[in-house]
Amino acid sequence: MTTMTLNAGPAVAAGDQAKNPAAEQNAVKTNAEIVKTVGQPFSDQAKLRMRNVNVFYGETQAIHDVSLDIGRNEVVAMIGPSGCGKSTFLRCLNRMNDTIEGCRVEGELTLDGEAIYGPKVDVVPLRARVGMVFQKPNPFPKSIYDNVAYGPKIHGIASRRAELDEIVENSLRRAGLWNEVKDRLDKPGTGLSGGQQQRLCIARAIAVSPEVILMDEPCSALDPIATARIEELIDELRENYTIAIVTHSMQQAARVSQRTAYFHLGKLVEVNDTETVFTNPEHELTEAYITGRFG
Amino acid sequence: MQTPTLFALLLLLILVAYGTGFSRAIAAARSRGGIRSLASLPSYYGVHTALWCGLPALILLGTWLAFDDAIIRALVMGGIADKPASISGQNLLYAQIQNLAAGNQLGEITPQLQAAAAHLTSLRQNGQYMQTALILILSAGLGAFALLRITPELRAREKVEKVLRAVLLTCACAAIFTTVGILMSVLLESIRFFHAVPVTEFLFGLHWSPQMAMRADQVGSSGAFGAVPLFTGTLMVSAIAMFVAVPVGLMSAIYLAEYAGKKVRAVAKPMIEILAGVPTVVYGFFAALTVAPFIRDLAQSVGLEASSESALAAGLVMGVMIIPFVSSLSDDVINAVPQSLRDGALGLGSTKSETVRKVVIPAALPGIVGGVLLAVSRAIGETMIVVMAAGLAANLTANPLESVTTVTVQIVTLLVGDQEFDSPKTLAAFALGLMLFISTLILNFIALHVVKKYREQYD
Amino acid sequence: MTDMTQTQVRERIEARLASRHRKEKIFRGFGIASIAFGVLAVLVLFTDIISKGASAFVQSQIQLQVNYDPAELGIDKVDGESLAWANFDGVIRSALRERFPDVTGRRDKRELYSLVSNGAGFNLRERLESNPALLGQSEIVWVNADDDVDTYVKSLSKSAEGFLGRTSEQKAAWIRQLRESGELEKRFNTTFFTNGDSREPEQAGIRAALVGSLLTLLVTLALSFPIGVAAAIYLEEFAPKNRWTDLIEVNINNLAAVPSIVFGLLGLAIFINFFEMPRSAPLVGGLVLTLMTLPTIIISSRASLKSVPPSIREAAMGMGASRMQVVLHHVLPLAMPGMLTGAIIGMAQALGETAPLLMIGMVAFIVDVPHGITDPSTVLPVQIFLWADSPERAFVERTSAAIMVLLAVLITMNTCAVWLRKKLERRW
Repeated sequence: MTTMTLNAGPAVAAGDQAKNPAAEQNAVKTNAEIVKTVGQPFSDQAKLRMRNVNVFYGETQAIHDVSLDIGRNEVVAMIGPSGCGKSTFLRCLNRMNDTIEGCRVEGELTLDGEAIYGPKVDVVPLRARVGMVFQKPNPFPKSIYDNVAYGPKIHGIASRRAELDEIVENSLRRAGLWNEVKDRLDKPGTGLSGGQQQRLCIARAIAVSPEVILMDEPCSALDPIATARIEELIDELRENYTIAIVTHSMQQAARVSQRTAYFHLGKLVEVNDTETVFTNPEHELTEAYITGRFG
Repeated sequence: MQTPTLFALLLLLILVAYGTGFSRAIAAARSRGGIRSLASLPSYYGVHTALWCGLPALILLGTWLAFDDAIIRALVMGGIADKPASISGQNLLYAQIQNLAAGNQLGEITPQLQAAAAHLTSLRQNGQYMQTALILILSAGLGAFALLRITPELRAREKVEKVLRAVLLTCACAAIFTTVGILMSVLLESIRFFHAVPVTEFLFGLHWSPQMAMRADQVGSSGAFGAVPLFTGTLMVSAIAMFVAVPVGLMSAIYLAEYAGKKVRAVAKPMIEILAGVPTVVYGFFAALTVAPFIRDLAQSVGLEASSESALAAGLVMGVMIIPFVSSLSDDVINAVPQSLRDGALGLGSTKSETVRKVVIPAALPGIVGGVLLAVSRAIGETMIVVMAAGLAANLTANPLESVTTVTVQIVTLLVGDQEFDSPKTLAAFALGLMLFISTLILNFIALHVVKKYREQYD
Repeated sequence: MTDMTQTQVRERIEARLASRHRKEKIFRGFGIASIAFGVLAVLVLFTDIISKGASAFVQSQIQLQVNYDPAELGIDKVDGESLAWANFDGVIRSALRERFPDVTGRRDKRELYSLVSNGAGFNLRERLESNPALLGQSEIVWVNADDDVDTYVKSLSKSAEGFLGRTSEQKAAWIRQLRESGELEKRFNTTFFTNGDSREPEQAGIRAALVGSLLTLLVTLALSFPIGVAAAIYLEEFAPKNRWTDLIEVNINNLAAVPSIVFGLLGLAIFINFFEMPRSAPLVGGLVLTLMTLPTIIISSRASLKSVPPSIREAAMGMGASRMQVVLHHVLPLAMPGMLTGAIIGMAQALGETAPLLMIGMVAFIVDVPHGITDPSTVLPVQIFLWADSPERAFVERTSAAIMVLLAVLITMNTCAVWLRKKLERRW
């Protein structure tokens, strides 16, 4: 869409920031100059549409004027250095930020054209439509079965026990956990390994048939093998769900996503096809980040 | 020498010992090239000498004071040929002797009494002399010994610190001494009680009227010591209290932790904690003079029979007293539940109350149960409210509008006023105390264990 | 899902939303109701006590023209012995007769005399004792009215006809007459703060109980603070981790939850029975309360020792200080504010305690102010307990007033503790 031409000076400065404090200041200045996101933030088949989103924690602004679409059955990865606001942004999409005192969200956010932050919007069905998987596996201290059945039960999705059993089994199957746990459904979910716990949390999220799944660094607490399993799973889930994933690992973003968004200090710098971002980034900051000059 | 004078003299000696120890250390160092040659600072030599001079003497003085009366009494009574068999008779006799020795001539004076009084006076006199001599010799002797040992090589600081550490350890053991003291006092008297009244009758008997056992020659002087009505009374009052305190305390903790904004919390929390600082006697007064008449009138207005001292009044007020206890313990455990669990539930679309009821409370349950057990142990041990508002009648009833009595009330009624330590009536109080101590100990033990395990889970 | 479309799921969720939100509201309502109940309980308790007790701070007094007539008193000089025998009641009676000369009948006269407290004679005696020149003179004095009179006068401010109780119509007429002429007034009740206990409500005061409480607290503080701090230092700084220290820990935590009355049993069996210490004495009360507050003080002292960062210890240790020196010179001063706060809270707890003191005989009827820790005495909460049991109506307001004094002291102590914590506690 838009291509921004910046002189090479600041980009070099950004790379040198570790060595030179003055250069660091320079980098910040560069960042302040980012007015528009480069690349392709918009999509024709938008499931989620965000326009000019600003998020404040009390007085401090965490997200500056971000606009982005997340398309149907698409995996969008959000990357960026820590503290860049990608998790905060993700949590806006199902209003999990409501639980934080003093957090304020401005801008236009819609799910299938319906406002997410409208005055009459009920967060309960919203969160059933937009599920979430967290950084640290957080199974409830209940049995594996009850963990998965929790959502359907509170929402009253299953009308009979058999239906509930079926939902639990299907969800566990989709999360690729069924074969490992089918003999011990009544054992506590906290007794599983870290990777299994995270897949249990994914099963728990898909048990309420969400349309969108938000994943906040779902593999950061897992070992490489467990991570690989989750990544496979994300790829399978794409058929049925729209997925937004925040990740620290660029390799992971490259493996699982179709599009990648790069955040820097609360601003959305670049959105492009994943391949483009990692092979031929448009913005110097993106390039600096993916080449490992900071992060 | 009188004990206070002796004590003052001893203190003086200790001060002198400190001073001489200090200066002697400096003097000893002078020949070796100054204070730097000392193993410790001069003040440590002073303290070292003072400790030798004072500590053994003070310990001896304390032991002496604790036991001399008992020994003198044993000696005097041992010298009397035909003394009464009962303890109360002996007490009376000894009181007479003491009076006589003090110069108060009350009642008839037999030559035997006269002799005993003279014996007592002489024993006391000799004891006093012995005490003074022994203490002063010990103190001065050990002080001089320590003074002579002062050399620059003496590691005075280490020795002083060793003593200090022993003192600290003794203080830390105070808790053990207290527990042993409690056990000894209630256990010994209870065993004596169970010689007079069988354990089974006490534990399973349905009738309680200890007042009948006042005089030995009365008919039915054995009294009745079936404690079941007390146990049921205690349970009923505690149950009513928990019925008020647990829901209110828990719900206010939940509201404050999960719903309330900062401002509400800043006002409501201290307000509720005020309830914890109000003395129990104030609650008792409130229960007896305001709540009990109110409940009686209320019951009568709907046509129910109600006593002016009712289990309900005592239980309700006790419940109010325990609210802050339950709420602050629940607040702790609810805050210990990790935020990630709440996020997980909210992220699935739970409402706040569903999150609390289905995730937070089940996760915090062990801690809450522990807190409730501590609250129960508090309720059954609470005394003043029930003494003032629950009544004395040992009714075996399930009607909360009637007056009931509790274990603690009976302990108070049996022990307030003059006691005779050989009547089952007095000893019964200690047996009740034993029951109370054991049951609260078990409750506390389980509760503290459960809470500890719970905390470890989320640490 | 296999057999359910997302639309179906959405419909089912929508169908239940209303009832779920209703439940949410109800739950929230319960929370608010619980908070309101707690706050209401505080308000009811305080208004009840204050409304009952505020009137005890004033006392009806009657103005009399008394004549210290040597003949009436039956003395001719002012000295200790003659004062002890002097008939001050007679002086008061004649003053009353002079004020109401038309009262003649025996029964009427007795009724008249009962207007004035029978402790009034003591006040006259004190006046004469401090000023012997008054003998043979006459002066105007204000003396306490009887408690029935006081009750009636105070009830007049609530309703026009007032509460008569044992007061006869005739007496009420005299009272009205005195009130109209300004010879009967409600004045500040100094007696309440200067006297000990009494069977007569108008003469009963809290001085003896206050002094008893003070002495008991002094004993408690003198013992429990040093022992508690020493124990905390040992457990936190020196104790090796072994079964013995574990046992001490468990013991302290358990003792903190043992009912206070059990400590009373301990005091009775060990201090009074075994060591034959005096009954009703602040010394024994203080010992019992020491054992009771020790766990509180140890626990809070340990918490404040724990909050001193280890870097301080390491720094001092690195200078070659011994462990004891590290603790005494560096850790202890830093932990002191927290320990003091804990001690104040422990003392507040001890000040309000009643049950164990009943066991060791501090319920005796004590009129005199105790002078030492072995004198028989009572404490404020026990005084409250005793008065609460008294049938006289006038004792109710005095009980409430004593409670107000007790609560005021407790609130002051707790405020001090909070203030101290805010002021002195350091953040690391």
